[in-house]
Order: sequence, then structure tokens, then C-alpha cells
Amino acid sequence: MTAETVEPASKVELAPGVGGGGEIPSFDITLKVRRYNPEVSEEAHWDDFKLTMYGTDRVLDALHKAKWEHDGSVSFRRSCAHGVCGSDAMRINGRNRLACKTLLKDLDTSKPILVEPIKGLPVEKDLIVDMEPFFQSYREIMPFLINSGHEPTRERLQSAEDRERFDDTTKCILCAACTSSCPVFWTDGQYFGPAAIVNAHRFIFDSRDDAGDMRLEILNDKEGVWRCRTVFNCTEACPRGIQVTKAISEVKNAVLNRKI
Amino acid sequence: MAVSSEIQAPRSGRVAPKYTRHGSSRGNFEMLAWLFMRVSGLVLVVLIFGHLFVNLMVGEGVHAIDFGFVAGKWADPFWQIWDLAMLWLAMLHGTNGVRTIINDYADKDGTRFWLKTVLYAATAVIIVLGTLVIFTFNPCPPNAAAELLPSFCPAP
Repeated sequence: MTAETVEPASKVELAPGVGGGGEIPSFDITLKVRRYNPEVSEEAHWDDFKLTMYGTDRVLDALHKAKWEHDGSVSFRRSCAHGVCGSDAMRINGRNRLACKTLLKDLDTSKPILVEPIKGLPVEKDLIVDMEPFFQSYREIMPFLINSGHEPTRERLQSAEDRERFDDTTKCILCAACTSSCPVFWTDGQYFGPAAIVNAHRFIFDSRDDAGDMRLEILNDKEGVWRCRTVFNCTEACPRGIQVTKAISEVKNAVLNRKI
Repeated sequence: MAVSSEIQAPRSGRVAPKYTRHGSSRGNFEMLAWLFMRVSGLVLVVLIFGHLFVNLMVGEGVHAIDFGFVAGKWADPFWQIWDLAMLWLAMLHGTNGVRTIINDYADKDGTRFWLKTVLYAATAVIIVLGTLVIFTFNPCPPNAAAELLPSFCPAP
């Protein structure tokens, strides 16, 4: 009765040592995390974590290791951990990036890796910022389809060319890396910010949408597109590779063409 | 430390006061200012390089520049208009640029207000004074002491 089911032999002959990926190189890093806890102190400070990480690890893995194995109070946002949800935008070595898309091996591991919260938004704890001002601007540009025509019984069709017009700005994941890299937003937080304009662009240039004029009027504000100084920080910061500054310029031109 | 047990729901509209926009500004001023910067910039490139070329390269070039050279230029309405356009465009272009920088960098509303007041006052003085000089310039003012007048002035 002991007819053990034998695993069928593999049909592919693998040389020994191949297929396992070999040894993943490991290295030691120092992770410097900006810590802030208003219940303990109004002052923020740096905490160092000495960690042994692997060549396949990302900054998010290092943060996990710090939190799970060293100090459970390290706080940061992350949801999907695969570059889509946009929760873990942070300032890594002075640049806004997603912790889950930044491989440690691509950074200079001989120096400490600095991790700070994104700038320009109120810090709540450690790497967590209050995103409400960011979403407030996002809501103001009405990021939803407005169509006054008859509602079709099936989907609203659109030509491939019409879809291509705003393809770039559909990629936004609302991580706030662009808005919190913008020096104009840093100064007083009044500027609508690149992310709101990118998401307005997504509907302004959508042939199925009828409220483009309303959005252009909103962005013709003193704090709207005209506060953009084409610094290009947003384009550099975008983890989705959206040409943010270009999108803002297109909205500027649309406002101009509508008025003149 | 007393920590409030009441946690507000997300999207309850609480936004730190610093970020609430002070009303919306309708009107096209910022758009026109943006457009003016680009147009005046282009025109200034032509005006300034034309000015430099005529003053420094044509004829005897830089060695010809003296009081009489300027007086001669401003005797011609063409150069009066050219210099007037250069003065106004450069002043307004520069003022708008500095206004932008003040808006971006001033932290407090009071600082912003006073910096802009000084800026606009300085601009107004320079534009008025410059315009006045271009149109009322007379190299041989009547009733001036003879030793102060340039040699080309008719003898009184």
C-alpha cells in the first residue's frame, strides 16, 4: 500500500548549478531614516540601521528589515510594493522615488542611504505625510469624465489617435513624487501642483469629455499652470516616466488658445 | 499627554490652513504676464543686439561713443522710439521676473507686500525718468554756462 507517487523526472536537462540563479550577492548597507514622532519630540532626527541586504533587494525591503527586525516603530506607507499603488513615494538620497522601485544595488552602497519623507507636505510620523492638501488640489480639477451627451448603452468609443493624445497622463498613480519635488509647491503650498495638472490634462485632451473648458478655467488661476517655472523636477521625479512638464505646457497652450 | 480619541474620517475636508487657497482669482493677469515675458523677451533680443551692433561695431565702433554720439542718436526719432521700446520692455520684463521671484520666495505676506512695493516704486521712477530724458534731452540747453557746453553747440 505504500505506492509513493514518484515525482516525474524533468524533461529538461539542467547542468548542475544552473537554474537556481546562483548565489545572490549580499552587501552591508547603512540606512539613515528620518524619524519624527510628535508624541515624543517636536524635533526630527536620523536613525541609522546597519543591514545586510541582497542584490535583488529594494529600498522598501531594507525598510521592512529595519521595521521587522530592528525597530518596529519605523513608520511608512506601502501597499502593493510593486510600483503601482503609489503609496511609498519618499525622498531617497535627495531624490523623490518609489521605495519599491529603487534597487539598493543601483545606489551608492558605500555611503549611508538617506530616506526622508517627501517635502512640502506636513509630516505626520517618520515617512508618513498628510496627503490631504495634495488630494484637495486633485479633487478641484474634477478628475472624472463629464459628458453632457446621451449616455450610450455600451462603452464610449474612441479612435486610437484620440486615445493616444492623452495616453501619457493616464499613467499617473497619484504618488505625489512630482508635486512634492516642485520648488514652487515647497514655498507656500498654494500651487495646484504637477499631479493635479497632469490629471486635468488626462481629461482636457480626452475627446469623450465635455468639461475641458471648466478645467482650463480652474487652472487659469493665479495658483494654476502659470506658477510652473519649468524646473523639470517633476518630470525627473515621476516613477511612471510621465513627461509632466510637457503636459503642463500643453495645458498652458490650451488655456492661451482658448483665450486668444 | 492627552491624545484625542476622536479620529477624523479621511476626506473630511480637513486641510492644514497653510494649504487652503485664498479664494480663487479669476481674470487673466497671470496668463498675460506669462505671455508678455515670452513676447518681450523675443523683441528684446532684437532690440538689444541691434543696439549693441550699432553702438559698438558700425563705423568707428566703440571709440565713437561720447556725449555727442548719444546726442546725435537722440536727435533722430527712430532711435528715440528704439530706446524707448528697449527701456519699457526691459523694465517691465525685469520687474515681472522679480515679481515672480518675490511671489515664489517670500515667506510672509507682509514681506511679499513690502518687497513688491519697493520694486514697483523703483520701476515707476526709472521708467518715468528714462522716458522724460529720451524725449526732452537737449545737448545745448539755453542759458547754460558756456564752458559746460559741448563744442558742437552754436555759440550763444
